[in-house]
Amino acid sequence: MLSYIIRRLIIIIPMALLVVTVTWILIRMAPGSFYSSEKKLPPAVEANIKKKYGLDKPVLQQYGILMGNIIRGDFGDSLKYEGQSVNEIIRRHFPYSATIGILAYLLALAIGLTAGIVAALKQNSAFDYGSMSLAMLGLSVPNFVLGPILVLIFSLWLFWLPPARWGGASSLILPVITLAAIYAAYIARLTRAGMLEVMRSDYIRTARAKGLSEWKVLLKHAVRGGLIPVVSFTGPALAALLAGAVVVEKVFAIPGLGNIFIQSIFNRDEPLTLGIVAFLSILIMVFNLLVDVSYAFLDPRIRYE
Amino acid sequence: MEQQQEVVKGASLWRDAWKRLLKNKLAVFGLAVMIIMVVAVTVGPAIIRWTTGYTYDFIPPDGDLIKSFPPSLQHPMGTDDSGRDILARVLQGGRISLMVGVISTLVSLVVGVSYGATAGYLGGKIDNFMMRVVDIIYAIPYILLVIVLLSAFGGQNAPGWIQSISGALGSGQGLSQIILLFFALGLVSWLTMARVVRGQILSLKNQEFVMAARATGVSTPAIIFRHLVPNALGPVIVYATLTIPSVMLSEAFLSFLGIGVQAPFASWGSLAADGIKNISVFPWQLIFPGVTMALTLFSLNFLGDGLRDALDPQTRKF
Amino acid sequence: MIETNGHILTVNDLRTYFQTEDGVVKAVDGITFTLAKGETLGIVGESGSGKSVTNLSIMRLIPEPPGKIVSGDIIFDGIDVRKLSIDDVRSIRGKRIAMIFQDPMTSLNPFLKISTQLMEVTELHLGHTKAQAHRHAVKMLETVGIPDAANRVNSYPHEFSGGMRQRVMIAMALSCDPELLIADEPTTALDVTIQAQILELIKDLKARMGTSVILITHDLGVVAGMTDKIIVMYAGKVFEQAPTRELFATPANPYTKGLLKSVPDPAHEEGTELYQIPGLPPDVAHLPPGCPFSPRCERAEDVCHREFPPFVQINENHWSLCHFAKEVYAESVRERAAANLSETQIESHPLA
Repeated sequence: MLSYIIRRLIIIIPMALLVVTVTWILIRMAPGSFYSSEKKLPPAVEANIKKKYGLDKPVLQQYGILMGNIIRGDFGDSLKYEGQSVNEIIRRHFPYSATIGILAYLLALAIGLTAGIVAALKQNSAFDYGSMSLAMLGLSVPNFVLGPILVLIFSLWLFWLPPARWGGASSLILPVITLAAIYAAYIARLTRAGMLEVMRSDYIRTARAKGLSEWKVLLKHAVRGGLIPVVSFTGPALAALLAGAVVVEKVFAIPGLGNIFIQSIFNRDEPLTLGIVAFLSILIMVFNLLVDVSYAFLDPRIRYE
Repeated sequence: MEQQQEVVKGASLWRDAWKRLLKNKLAVFGLAVMIIMVVAVTVGPAIIRWTTGYTYDFIPPDGDLIKSFPPSLQHPMGTDDSGRDILARVLQGGRISLMVGVISTLVSLVVGVSYGATAGYLGGKIDNFMMRVVDIIYAIPYILLVIVLLSAFGGQNAPGWIQSISGALGSGQGLSQIILLFFALGLVSWLTMARVVRGQILSLKNQEFVMAARATGVSTPAIIFRHLVPNALGPVIVYATLTIPSVMLSEAFLSFLGIGVQAPFASWGSLAADGIKNISVFPWQLIFPGVTMALTLFSLNFLGDGLRDALDPQTRKF
Repeated sequence: MIETNGHILTVNDLRTYFQTEDGVVKAVDGITFTLAKGETLGIVGESGSGKSVTNLSIMRLIPEPPGKIVSGDIIFDGIDVRKLSIDDVRSIRGKRIAMIFQDPMTSLNPFLKISTQLMEVTELHLGHTKAQAHRHAVKMLETVGIPDAANRVNSYPHEFSGGMRQRVMIAMALSCDPELLIADEPTTALDVTIQAQILELIKDLKARMGTSVILITHDLGVVAGMTDKIIVMYAGKVFEQAPTRELFATPANPYTKGLLKSVPDPAHEEGTELYQIPGLPPDVAHLPPGCPFSPRCERAEDVCHREFPPFVQINENHWSLCHFAKEVYAESVRERAAANLSETQIESHPLA
């Protein structure tokens, strides 16, 4: 088990480098560059800029230098925010994204699991249809529509909550709800489907034939198998949430990582883009590893050698 | 529970699935809404122009400072900042949104099915390599891919065939950007489809009918596309139905970021994105396009779910 | 308390229907039987004949909806099971009536240790502490012949073979010393050699503990040496009901005769084809108007296709659902007599 985890952790580094490489190729494939978005520069100035950022060197050499720095954990300075290192920018903005991300996922788990389990137990009841229609609605309303509508209702009409900006717990409520909606919907659907599948299985019939109460059947026998799909979903979902939710950050003016990332792409801020992509891909792989490890604890049949 | 044995009846698999679909009220609701929506965006703009004279890009010439009016009899969904009729724009935007959904899904279908079927059928090292490639593309934020595709091939860089399509449709730059968007979105949405198809092919390829085809000397591409792919069609159709709403959401997201559909063209996403700016004063600018889009996605999702239940014999247990 | 006449179980005109997309499936449509203390009843039929549903109904384990027990009495030791609250049913399940299911691979929870799954039964019904329950679990595993039980009790189901898992199921079912054991195709999923061992184990434990048993199977070979009486089911109906020896010797229903003929026996001559009942099991949602077996019955006449057959009493304990029950019975008696005259090998017949 331990050796499996170590092997997986070791693979993460070359995989991340590979992703960064592909990203770099993509950025270089796109026409234009950081400085070309400005007005047409005099050739001398352009040559100076190129020299400053090492763009005058052959492409392969540029790639080599880049990779060398990245392996040492140095993504360089942002082009747009001069004098600020990429690592510093990520460190500064990540906590905002992480805070609303984790809160949103906890909320989504609480709502999704409850709704999914109850809907599965009371299959075809009014609650089942109601909650599943609501979940479908959650999947169908784009969050840039949901967010502003929530702001409209709770901030502009009812004056209950602040509309935007960071500051105090109350400013977190609307962004977290907006972000949680779609995840709660996914989790509710996954939970319901997983529980229904398990509740049909032979071993649940055995548990009932033993005379166990429905709650005991559910909590002791069904939950483990039924929640495996939710566990699989949690890895990538949590990684995506921590990395920042672009729309919610934009709608609620939260200085999170997601927006910084999008801006870096628009700004052709190559070091910043590469840094965030590397961070993101490591995050995804670590969370996927955590999911795989947790399978082994959930299901005794799974063994990692 | 014992599975009740059924005597084989004349009805085919597809007719059975259709019958089951029609018994699913939510799926029928979804289907009905989609039919209405398609009819509305097809003939709606013409009807509005004929009855009221408004088009999606008609800007009234008078000099009022405020041109965005709330819903009224004349403008059932109100007007936008420039005084354009929102209903006309929503219907026109629906054309583009639905086309994004359908065309991008078709693109993803072609790429994903070919890729997944090839990987699954060839197996071994080639399969392994092809699926690792998919893993790596998965790890790259799709937004980056789309932006690169859009900027690399946008504007003057658009491939000749896209320019000639938009030229033939009688519109310039704006339209070719939209066509490019169809392909860009399709080219980032095929990954899951490839996985679904590969899984299907892996489980099918060792069955007798494939052995038989191979034994009689049928070529590999023919085995893949004539024997294997048609048998994997059920899950492919289900997944394609669910790709349509997700692609439409992606388009809306891109429009929200300002890199999707550009004015004077509109999509539901770009209309909603425009509406957000004025949410406190002119909420109808967001609410109507937003709700129309949500209703459409809602219906498509229910339809997709219904198709899955109808085509998946697993759910046929009591 | 209801008068039991020494019967542990009385089932009277039980009907369990399922609402499906094809309409109402009458999975069990009027079954009546009694089971005396210590007796073994075999229920035989093809899949879909309603034999499993009968027993799930007794345990009130029919999923509702789509299923429903629409009528009939289930009297267990003087208690009307249908009238009990679900909590009272639970106090019977696993304690006084226990079940073994067909597939030991899927009937044990793959996520929980064997010990947990065994212990929870006695903790629930016998009020055992953890330590008592654990000791009892080990003892039960030893009883069903699992070697090294003290260590094996801490394993997970996937660490056992199919036969061993079925032994665990039996240990679990018998841990509270139930009065009635329902074994639903307990050997179908197992290898032939293991089958015999498991049947021997059930027979042995039954003799030791005095448990009444209902043995459900599609295999007449399995019930032959195990049961006191047999019910043959087809399309949710009881087709024939008789003491085991009599049913094998002188069946009074063409369906039973077909089943008996299709059991391979060692005396079977090489080269001759094994008998097979023609046609497919019926679609229970769309039964023909007459006798449900008539489309497959070699003896069927016009009346069989037209009218539903009567349930004919042949003698005190022998019933048959057939328009020609008496004739078929008489025929069987003649064949039997002829066979007795010609050779006296019936005693060595594997099914007799």
